[in-house]
Amino acid sequence: MSELPLRAQLASVLGRSAASLSRATGRGDGSVIGGRVALKVEPDLLSQLARGRRLALVSATNGKTTTTRLISQALREFGEVATNEHGANMPTGHITALSNSMSAVNGVLEVDEKYLPQVLVATQPAFVVLMNLSRDQMDRASEINLLAKKWRTALGKSNTHVIANADDPLVAWAGLGAPHATWVSAGQRWKEDSWCCPECGGHLRRDRDPYWECPECGLSRPQATWAVDNDSDVLVTPQGERLKLRLNLPGDANRANAAIAAATAAGYGLHPARTLERLREVTSVAGRYTSVVTMGVEVRLLLAKNPAGWLESFAVLDPPHTPVILSVNAQVPDGRDTSWLWDVDYRVLRGRRVFVMGERRTDLALRLETDGVHFEVADRVDEVLGRLKAEQPGITKVDLIANYTAFQQIRTAYGRVQ
Amino acid sequence: MSNTSALRIVWIYPDLLSTYGDQGNVLILKRRAELRGIPTEVVRVNSSDHVPEQGDIYLLGGGEDRPQILAAERLRADGGLARAAARGACVFAVCAGYQIIGETYGDDEANPLPGVGILDIRSGRGESRAVGEIVADIDPALGGGRITGFENHQGRTAIGPSARPLSTTVVGTGNDGHTEGAYQGQVLGTYLHGPALPRNPHLADLLLSWRVGRIAPLQPSWGERLHEERLAAALRQ
Repeated sequence: MSELPLRAQLASVLGRSAASLSRATGRGDGSVIGGRVALKVEPDLLSQLARGRRLALVSATNGKTTTTRLISQALREFGEVATNEHGANMPTGHITALSNSMSAVNGVLEVDEKYLPQVLVATQPAFVVLMNLSRDQMDRASEINLLAKKWRTALGKSNTHVIANADDPLVAWAGLGAPHATWVSAGQRWKEDSWCCPECGGHLRRDRDPYWECPECGLSRPQATWAVDNDSDVLVTPQGERLKLRLNLPGDANRANAAIAAATAAGYGLHPARTLERLREVTSVAGRYTSVVTMGVEVRLLLAKNPAGWLESFAVLDPPHTPVILSVNAQVPDGRDTSWLWDVDYRVLRGRRVFVMGERRTDLALRLETDGVHFEVADRVDEVLGRLKAEQPGITKVDLIANYTAFQQIRTAYGRVQ
Repeated sequence: MSNTSALRIVWIYPDLLSTYGDQGNVLILKRRAELRGIPTEVVRVNSSDHVPEQGDIYLLGGGEDRPQILAAERLRADGGLARAAARGACVFAVCAGYQIIGETYGDDEANPLPGVGILDIRSGRGESRAVGEIVADIDPALGGGRITGFENHQGRTAIGPSARPLSTTVVGTGNDGHTEGAYQGQVLGTYLHGPALPRNPHLADLLLSWRVGRIAPLQPSWGERLHEERLAAALRQ
């Protein structure tokens, strides 16, 4: 990697300078601008930076940032890892990540779903790690059936090894295009985007979850060698070992992310028991799942960007006496369209103290009213805490679920907690 | 299942045509009926099932290109929806669902494909994608009023002599930049995708009144508030 041609070296240096400048002037973390400058000088830079490394590309609708973080955490067992941990998941971000770790042999790159085919061609990764596909920000994102088809085609032309969730029919169908695969039974809570066969459109038989098969064309779930047992918090390895997960990130979604991470780390030669020890060191990812203590109350921050994400967040809420704040915006990064609120089933919140906030709280209010969930409207987190403390001075915990920009606004208000 | 006096709401192919909040139309019809003491029964019909003919209101949602084509093929082969419409049932279809209840619609390469043929419209593919908030004025023959919603489609729709435009476009694209949606008897379609009825409570009430006659007005609540808020936001743009 230190053997880059002169032009590529120059590109890389210029990119790093632009990134430093961006950070120094407080404009950003430099991941995007650095890569953009470098690409101008050497358009083939990503391929050159990737050469000679063992890369894993990580893509999905949900859990990309977390799983990228988990795999990197595991692979640091072997030394430095090149990774885009700030979540800049397009080629400019990949260039910055690789430029910043010139001597790292191993790399883990989070990749935006749309960019996966082109990044796959450019980087020739050892592994492509795929978790799930579901509806997300449809005013600007690709249709997921089309996305799965592009993944499948790109994987078919590659020589990579896919590590993928066998329980998500769209992901499995895409992964079946690859020449080599390791299948993980990582579960699928949100099924509304995969009732029909990705191959022929037939209505899938899914009565024995996690198995699925198409009665019309015969496509069926690939046999998984790794599995998660959520009820007993166990990872089952291909050797049949049953290892306690005991993660410090909550919920089934993170058990799934960890299982996929363990299968990937095993591809790099790390024993799953050791991987899990390392995964337990991760307690929060870019502010997600972290708690802030304000006015003597612990507020846990959960990010949920789409219906599948909201469903996972509901599953990790604290016991019913813990109040929950829901905050929804509809800025460009969130998707301008709030229709997805109607895909989420809020009835699980009945009987809980619920507050609604955010720029689109009226949408949320109508949605909750329709599901028979009582709620109160608020402007700010402090205001909610003030109200709660006045009624119950001993209150200690509140959960907060927010979509992307609503989450970032709250996170910024509490000092960009990690 | 066998409550004969209940308003039967039939949700067509949630497995294929439920892309972005389409469930909202089912939930809001049910709620607004029940608030008036009208019992309801919701029937979910998957693409592997037959479409029952004795429903009151049939709902079709949006879908990506491939699910749309599959849904149209299956509905044509089944025949239940067309027979229900011929019987005079109400059909409310949004986005991809709107296109396929017409005479023809376009696939992803703009080839015309046959629709269910219960609404006299023909849809093709436009040059650009229409994405964003939309506002339109409903045909005064239907009682008038404004509708607002979100559109996200590349379709362009021409209305034949047996159907009428649902509304005149004020903001956004709709059928062609001039009109939005279409209706023919109690068959009504629109490009306002997903939760079109939650965002337009008066449109939900129009459909209900078609089935049960005069209905009492409801105390304004969050639905009316959201409607006002989104109208103001779209007109400010």
